[in-house]
Amino acid sequence: MNRLTSKSDLERLQKELASRKEPERPVVTLCQGTGCRAYASEKIHNAFKKELASRGLTDQVSVKSTGCHGFCEQGPIVVILPDEICYCRVKPEDIPEIVETTLLEKKTVDRLLFTDPVSGEKFARESEIPFYKYQRRVIFGKNRLVDPQNIEDYIALEGYSALAHALTEMSPDKVLLEVKKANLRGRGGAGFPTGIKWETTRNTPGEKKYVIVNADEGDPGAYMDRSILEGNPHLVLEGLAIGAYAVGAREGYVFVRQEYPLALENITEAVEQAREYGLLGKNILGSGFDFDVKVKRGAGAFVSGESSALISAIEGSAGEPRPKHVNAAISGLWGKPTSLNNVETWANVPLIMKEGSDWYSGLGSDNNPGTKIFSLVGKVNNTGLIEVPMGTPLRTIIYDIGGGIKEGKKFKAVQTGGPSGGCIPEEHLDVPVDFDRLNQMGSMMGSGGMIVMDENSCMVDVAKYFMQFLMEESCGKCTSCREGIKKMHDILEKITLGEGCETDLQQLEDLAWIIENTSLCALGSTASNPVLSTLKYFREEYETHIKDKCCPAGVCKALIRYTIEPEHCNGCGRCKKVCSVDAVEGNKGSPMTINQEFCIRCGICQEACRFNAVLVE
Amino acid sequence: MYKDTIDRVMEKYQGNPQEILEMLLDIQEEEKYLPKEALSCLAEKLDIPVARLYRIAKFYEALSLKPMGDCQVHVCTGTACHVRGAPRILDELSQQLGIKAGEVTPDQSFGLKTVSCVGACALGPVVVVNGEHHGDMSALKVSKMLKQYAEELKEKEKKQA
Amino acid sequence: MITLTINGKKYEAQKGQNLLQAAIDNGIEIPHLCYHEKLPPYGGCRLCQVEVTKGEKVELTTSCTYPVSQGIQVETETPRVQKARRLVMELILTMAPDSPEIQQMARKLGIETIPGGFPSSGEKGDDCIKCGLCVRACEELVGPGSITFSSKGPERKVVPPFEEEPESCIGCGTCVHVCPTGCISMEDLGRKRKLERWKRVLSMKVCNDCSSAYIPKAQVDYYLKRTGDPYLAEWFDLCPDCR
Ligand SMILES: Cc1cc2nc3c(=O)[nH]c(=O)nc-3n(C[C@H](O)[C@H](O)[C@H](O)COP(=O)(O)O)c2cc1C
Ligand code: SF4
Ligand code: SF4
Ligand code: FES
Ligand code: FES
Repeated sequence: MNRLTSKSDLERLQKELASRKEPERPVVTLCQGTGCRAYASEKIHNAFKKELASRGLTDQVSVKSTGCHGFCEQGPIVVILPDEICYCRVKPEDIPEIVETTLLEKKTVDRLLFTDPVSGEKFARESEIPFYKYQRRVIFGKNRLVDPQNIEDYIALEGYSALAHALTEMSPDKVLLEVKKANLRGRGGAGFPTGIKWETTRNTPGEKKYVIVNADEGDPGAYMDRSILEGNPHLVLEGLAIGAYAVGAREGYVFVRQEYPLALENITEAVEQAREYGLLGKNILGSGFDFDVKVKRGAGAFVSGESSALISAIEGSAGEPRPKHVNAAISGLWGKPTSLNNVETWANVPLIMKEGSDWYSGLGSDNNPGTKIFSLVGKVNNTGLIEVPMGTPLRTIIYDIGGGIKEGKKFKAVQTGGPSGGCIPEEHLDVPVDFDRLNQMGSMMGSGGMIVMDENSCMVDVAKYFMQFLMEESCGKCTSCREGIKKMHDILEKITLGEGCETDLQQLEDLAWIIENTSLCALGSTASNPVLSTLKYFREEYETHIKDKCCPAGVCKALIRYTIEPEHCNGCGRCKKVCSVDAVEGNKGSPMTINQEFCIRCGICQEACRFNAVLVE
Repeated sequence: MYKDTIDRVMEKYQGNPQEILEMLLDIQEEEKYLPKEALSCLAEKLDIPVARLYRIAKFYEALSLKPMGDCQVHVCTGTACHVRGAPRILDELSQQLGIKAGEVTPDQSFGLKTVSCVGACALGPVVVVNGEHHGDMSALKVSKMLKQYAEELKEKEKKQA
Repeated sequence: MITLTINGKKYEAQKGQNLLQAAIDNGIEIPHLCYHEKLPPYGGCRLCQVEVTKGEKVELTTSCTYPVSQGIQVETETPRVQKARRLVMELILTMAPDSPEIQQMARKLGIETIPGGFPSSGEKGDDCIKCGLCVRACEELVGPGSITFSSKGPERKVVPPFEEEPESCIGCGTCVHVCPTGCISMEDLGRKRKLERWKRVLSMKVCNDCSSAYIPKAQVDYYLKRTGDPYLAEWFDLCPDCR
């Protein structure tokens, strides 16, 4: 491949790629995101290749690996174009049938279609599945069309046109203005206006400036950054290059967690390919603009996703936050002006350039333009990554897209914003989700984790869970966060052990105040949200733990007992077999009992019982 | 004894102290952990106090100063996995292996660790063994999974012998 | 020069200075623990809270990390500042309950005991408040960088690498000197110097005249190596009293 040296070179390549495309040709697309890979989608890829070869169809049907489609729970996912027939939970043994029925006879294999867990209805086309139907996938949608390891796939879909347009027809100021007008807000958590950050970097004098992609994604329960970087790395690179042009940076960094090996592989490959095509490096598309990118690995510390800590990590020290009275936009990496943004923020930039700020701000709610990708997980029927316009009500997300609560249970709360966020109860389900509304409810947007909880989740346990997480992940530099969170955790632990007392809740609130107001970085200053929000909406549950020494959700081990209902037990003994401490007693054929003295309340007997005879008290 | 490894990473990163974290990750990949002697040797080459490397090694979850066990079992305890029952799975693994999270079995065969979110939340609860993701886990599936890996280990040993 | 207002009075400060230093220079007391004028501000102890008004914005902030700027208004004793300071001090006190220095500071802020209900954290008898002064002084003022932080969160502690005797420690005692809680002990026992906390034992150099063991050999070697001045060796043959 020759380097592209001008905008018209790029356009020529795009035309050529388009002319090579045969719209009628069947293409088997296979999701190769981490979710589907966990279900051995690579084996499926091979099975398709083998089957097609044995039938001599290799020349007529293409097989293509793509990034994550979002519906990970139903993986491995196979979509057959052009009809968009979507098969879920495909196994290698299903391949011959798919080839026979769908590719040759043009019929669907009904048993592999998505079946709505509630209505039992089956859907053939991907776009008809309710999980997809209510989404608006302007950022994430291309994941399912491109092979992340092949730059030409991205280029064929008008990829890098936005960069070419910006470099040749717009001044940096104009690009900046467009992003400001679009009012793009940072997707990494706080929703800070990206244009203003860029402007500060641009206006700070200095030769050297940097742009950074924050792909540290430490927020437990969220994985959209991973999927974008894995599934469509060039989208992020294109955004980054446009940003670099706007702020006047010539070097960029992508900081990726080492725990995301596929994302690392794909972005590294993408950087190399972009360089080869002349889309990174010196004199990009003949515009005179030089820009290159380095990929750096993080090593698993939640706090190093914080911007100043991330900068320390890139500089080669422990990723610990620094006092931030001087903004990184002015003095960041090696003391130089630096614009650091989240993966999804960068991925929005090409779209804004392409469609214009007017179009963009028409999407979403007041002062919250655009879409947001959420990771809808926990106790909902359809879990996965979803993209909706800002301002979509929680109810639409959880019920229409998520298909409601698993096993018909009752909704209890949805946790948004990760460890900095809070739990939102049923009464607020109709609130439109955007940065500002979530803050008002005592939660946060965070990076977009949305963990749905049902009646079997204990809110005190959830609060304790987050305090434990934050306690372990606090860098430990400053007193308030290090000592304060530990104290909060210890109090919550005491409550879950049934040793709570009346003054505990007041003390939690005092500690929350000091942590919020005097911590050095945002890990600390937002750390009390999970406790404060559950105290606000689920105070009763705390009180039941403290006063009645009882956990209504049946989670806190010290406050529950497992028993076996003799009427339902038929004495099959499955529970006895799985119990690792031999607490289940009784003879085969007659009802079992649990010896409370030995029972460690692991609950495995309940999981093993097929007759729902094991109860929690 | 670690000189070759250190020389290689020094060369790869041109001895640039800004690349310490990358260097440590590379060393760990080769040696499976960060031996003390390797850190001392690297510090000497970089002409920095070894304390600086020690601190980084102790700061990041992914870096380990102890050998980690041939088969590494990572239980995701991220929020999505937590609400779907990760604690039960951890308990069960702990019971069956006879070790707590963060420990290695006496014969060095299994290491158990918790990690917070491996980015496969929709499949929760997730257990990652030697890089392979096991989605939709349950306490009941634990013994079968461990057996499978124990057998794999045995076979590997046989081959080596 | 910059003019700023502290507690209603106008003062001058140098550009680039931090607010805590500016206050100290002007004789205004702000309690602090992790700041040392010879070291860059760290912002760890969170005790030096003040309220700063800049334009429309009023914020509670640590003064050691706040760069002074023209016209800011600073309050060091508002109810909010006092509350924050008191609660932070309580947290610090639970880490170093036996340190006379910390107890005295706490008493000054009106704290007599640690509130009963707060479970106490930190290892008993440790008294380290993790202010990092020892670590920073050793690396940034002296140079050897023999001690460091280990781990994160509440587990964080100051240790020599691998928690073993640090070969590079020269026994100069700077850490002992800067530690605000007095929790690093240094004993000279005949011809040995012992720093218990760092598990370090050093042999001492003896004065050619009076035979007193007055400086660790390692410290002499370190200075000689650092300066490369051969005449200095002779200078160290005598203790300060005999020179
Ligand atoms: C403790 C902590 C962890 C964070 N982790 C991440 C992260 O994993 N990814 C991310 O993009 N932002 C993270 N942030 C937010 C960043 O500090 C920063 O605000 C963000 O990356 C800026 O990008 P944006 O303006 O595009 O949102 C974290 C913040 C804190 C306080
Ligand atoms: S708030 Fe927490 S994470 Fe942030 S600097 Fe302080 S101790 Fe570290
Ligand atoms: S030993 Fe002393 S100087 Fe060092 S961190 Fe602890 S309290 Fe601070
Ligand atoms: S919470 Fe377990 S994979 Fe994300
Ligand atoms: S002196 Fe300012 S935070 Fe410690």
